[in-house]
Amino acid sequence: MEVRFTSSGDTAFNVEFGEAIDRATNARVMALHARLKAAPPPGLVETVPTFRSLLVVYDPVATSRREMQAAVETVLADSDTAPGDGRLWRLPVCYDPDLGADLAELADALGLTMERVAALHGSAEYFVYMLGFMPGFGYMGDLPVELDRPRRSEPRVRVPAGSVAVAGRLTTVYPWESPGGWHLIGRCPVPLYDGGRPDPVLLAAGDRVRFEAVDRATFDGIAEAVGTGCFDPASLRAA
Amino acid sequence: MAAFLTVIQPGLFATVQDLGRFGFQELGMPVAGALDPVALRLANALVGNPLGMAGLEIALLGPALRVDAPSVRIAAVGPLTMTLERLDAAPQPLAPHRSHTLHQGDVLRLGAVDGASVACLAVAGGFALAPVMGSLSSYVRAGIGPLGGRPLTEGDRLPLARDGAPDGPDVELPQPPDYGAGPLRVVPGPQEDRFTEAALKTFLSATYRVGSQADRMGLRLDGPALEHRGSADIPSDGLVTGSIQVPGNGQPILLLNDHQTAGGYAKIATVISADLPRAGRLRPGDGLSFQAVTVEAAEAMRRSREQAIAGWIRAIRPVRPAGGIDLEALYAENLISGTVDIVNGGSDLPLL
Repeated sequence: MEVRFTSSGDTAFNVEFGEAIDRATNARVMALHARLKAAPPPGLVETVPTFRSLLVVYDPVATSRREMQAAVETVLADSDTAPGDGRLWRLPVCYDPDLGADLAELADALGLTMERVAALHGSAEYFVYMLGFMPGFGYMGDLPVELDRPRRSEPRVRVPAGSVAVAGRLTTVYPWESPGGWHLIGRCPVPLYDGGRPDPVLLAAGDRVRFEAVDRATFDGIAEAVGTGCFDPASLRAA
Repeated sequence: MAAFLTVIQPGLFATVQDLGRFGFQELGMPVAGALDPVALRLANALVGNPLGMAGLEIALLGPALRVDAPSVRIAAVGPLTMTLERLDAAPQPLAPHRSHTLHQGDVLRLGAVDGASVACLAVAGGFALAPVMGSLSSYVRAGIGPLGGRPLTEGDRLPLARDGAPDGPDVELPQPPDYGAGPLRVVPGPQEDRFTEAALKTFLSATYRVGSQADRMGLRLDGPALEHRGSADIPSDGLVTGSIQVPGNGQPILLLNDHQTAGGYAKIATVISADLPRAGRLRPGDGLSFQAVTVEAAEAMRRSREQAIAGWIRAIRPVRPAGGIDLEALYAENLISGTVDIVNGGSDLPLL
């Protein structure tokens, strides 16, 4: 599809690669993001990748829309190659109804057992399309079609930090306690945001994630290690 | 020796802010930063700082700060009252839009902010606080920034980078900054095609009012509902300060500095950067309307705004006390021209 440029005022524009949420479209977003990051045109402030578009933020005093769009078009014409595979993470998750308040209800609604919901969720490798909503919140897909279910009609006021949740064909881990409308199916004991780490945000757009089921005792053990500063999140990186 | 401003009363919502935490939005990190960057830049100019240095953003009612340093120079820009409490002296009102040199034990009481949502206070040399991800801006919702990213609280000690005020006289802006008036200028889009013709026309002609749900994240606007063509939902994409998103109920939300990095509601327009300081100063109950301009026009308006700001900064001059002679200015003037026209204020006029 033709690339489309849309305006976000005089400090940013969007480069839209389509309307669909799919890997091929997102790969083009990530490719442009990576190339602009590697060689930023003068006046570029930052770029923000989302599902199907890249927000190009620039300083209108240092450059102009015309110049910045021309620079982006040059990069686009040059090559559209996807960046290499992102990092692969193995995130522990405890699929326990006590830790995932919607697990039973969601299983009911889908006509599946809770064990089947957990097994399906753990069966896929997910791709981090983008981060947003709050620092470190990753939109990951694609969820197995058997688990496709719209968001809750009544969003929760308080979703506990670490909640593993699903909505539509997407899954996430809430980095913070916050409001939220996704279905909670378990909990990850490793914080997705930790201000004490040199890189506080664990995931980056373009990373891949596998969820590995752990029992309650293992969950509690990891949570305790995290609490005492004895857990190295680098150990979750798959070789 | 260590130098601090000690918070003896926190006020209602004072936060450390600079011009924002850019470069981490790809991780979902909001930019935050001063709602009124013009006020922060001018306050910094008044105390001789780089214009983007972090200061205090004061909302509603300011804190009381005790000077635990030999001296410190401060300046506030914005509609707020200030009082100096000095031992063995009657409380003395201090004017904004000029610098003041305070001494050990002085208490600076920042009062109500009235006429805009925020005012800014800068200290000469800035605060000796550790940046978080390259910035001293506070994103309170997630506790990111100096002091744990929270508003000032009683007992906080704000470490000063300088332990004394700089040399030279206190200075002033000849007049408060002019933010302009009339409709806020917007560039339509990025999803103006998601709205009906009637909605676009209404948006650009109606008067909206800032609703009670107004904070650093955004302003909910009350006024005629804006009808979408089809659904209000789009695949989540990037947001900027000034984005005007319209959820399914048709009531626009003007996003401010603490906005989320991405959102899934169609955006009808974006406030231009020249007018963002005005938008950041809006309070619940304020009326506003919108006027469409092109990106090119917005860029020209921003450049002319920057020229105006540079002009105000060039016009900063030593303070002339009301009804008296400013000796420092007098001496300075004598060195240059050999005589002084005291009647006309002593500066600016060519003398024979």
